[in-house]
Amino acid sequence: MRSVVIVGASLAGVSAAKSLRKHGFTGSITVVGDEPHAPYQRPPLSKQFLAGTWDRPRVDLRMPDTLGVEWMLGARAASLDTYRREVVLANGRQLPFEGLVIATGARARSPRWYAERAGAFMLRTLDDAIAIRDHVRAGARRFAIVGAGFIGSEVAATLSALGCDVTLIDVDPLPMVRVLGEPIARVCLRAHEAHGVRCELGVAVEGLIGESSVEGVRLADGRVIDADGVVVGAGVAPNVEWLRDSGIVMDDGVACDATGAAEGIDRVVAAGDVARLDHPYYGSRRVEHWNNAITQGDAAARTLLAAPGDAAPHVAIPFFWSDQYDSKLQLVGLPSPTDTIRVVEGALDAPRFVALYERDGVATAALLCNSMHRMAAYTASVEAAAREAAHAAAP
Amino acid sequence: MKIVVDFDACMSNAQCVRAAPTVFEVRDDGFLYILQEEPPESLRAAVEEAARLCPTQAITIEDGSAK
Repeated sequence: MRSVVIVGASLAGVSAAKSLRKHGFTGSITVVGDEPHAPYQRPPLSKQFLAGTWDRPRVDLRMPDTLGVEWMLGARAASLDTYRREVVLANGRQLPFEGLVIATGARARSPRWYAERAGAFMLRTLDDAIAIRDHVRAGARRFAIVGAGFIGSEVAATLSALGCDVTLIDVDPLPMVRVLGEPIARVCLRAHEAHGVRCELGVAVEGLIGESSVEGVRLADGRVIDADGVVVGAGVAPNVEWLRDSGIVMDDGVACDATGAAEGIDRVVAAGDVARLDHPYYGSRRVEHWNNAITQGDAAARTLLAAPGDAAPHVAIPFFWSDQYDSKLQLVGLPSPTDTIRVVEGALDAPRFVALYERDGVATAALLCNSMHRMAAYTASVEAAAREAAHAAAP
Repeated sequence: MKIVVDFDACMSNAQCVRAAPTVFEVRDDGFLYILQEEPPESLRAAVEEAARLCPTQAITIEDGSAK
């Protein structure tokens, strides 16, 4: 294999490029990214960068000078010709490849009531973060945050620390309840309220108010939340539209086996937010955590380089961290909504605690609050539990 | 080789601890401590893995390869 094209220039694509070189690939690597910016880190966009404590260079994705990659930034992939084995860009240019890494990530989902308007924002890209930050610097002080998942919760915490008046709105009854479960979500709610963030939960947003610029949002129960800034964090959708008609199998993302190989086509792999891999422990999942892009990017590269049948499954355990007010939350593993939650260290109303998510008595994940000194140990134990469960379930 | 940590970027996710437990430790105060700033060559692969797995790119190895 002498040429690899990587479509997607964020963490998964860059990780794949680094890994190809690390594992001895000396052929050409072309990385295509639709954003014009040099690759950057997303986690600080809702925290330090939004707060203004970190500037643009600080959020760069570092990579070695010797990577030897041809960068095509600000170039959108428009289609994939799997017969000719070419990526076709929006500008018409064709990029032939022997190996292909699909790492086009995901984009912020726009609710049906959302419209572009001064003062209304989603938060996914660097440009989004710059726009929100500039809006605060221009004097915006009352924010309605729609969606109390990761993005919404962190933005609420960051903006309230900047002195803004923040209302956090979600159709779910508790913030981050889908990923954390009820007892932990209650802890998050208390933290928001303790810091003066008003939470409107269990209610949907029906529309934006304000014509040329945002004046607030209207809730489904008729109430209006006044705001001069609205940030929507309503989840993301995988960027697979460019693969339409390509023959690549899609199922909420690019469908891949456990090694990251796209189903039904040779020498094509996927990694990161766009990829649905069959995880040996957790089953078929599309994982949106930041570290997953590193481990899957690496696995995808190694799969491309492996002899047929020799590729290794991606077994790394995903985790996330979230800084909200005085709490550093870390979740290692992938819990399911029906798992039981058991506090094993500290207590839910204490400054620090650890809780295990369990299914049939086996840990699927661990949630750590202000317990970073326990993160290595719980990563190991969740990994071990998952491995045993996978072996026990194997025929 | 010398281990350099950007402590402002470090979020104490402790993946470095897993990769190289004789070099990195997250203590009860939640902070990362470098146990050996100049580890022996025999630990190069482990510290390169630590740098690679760090989700905030807080670890740099000086006088060596791998970023």
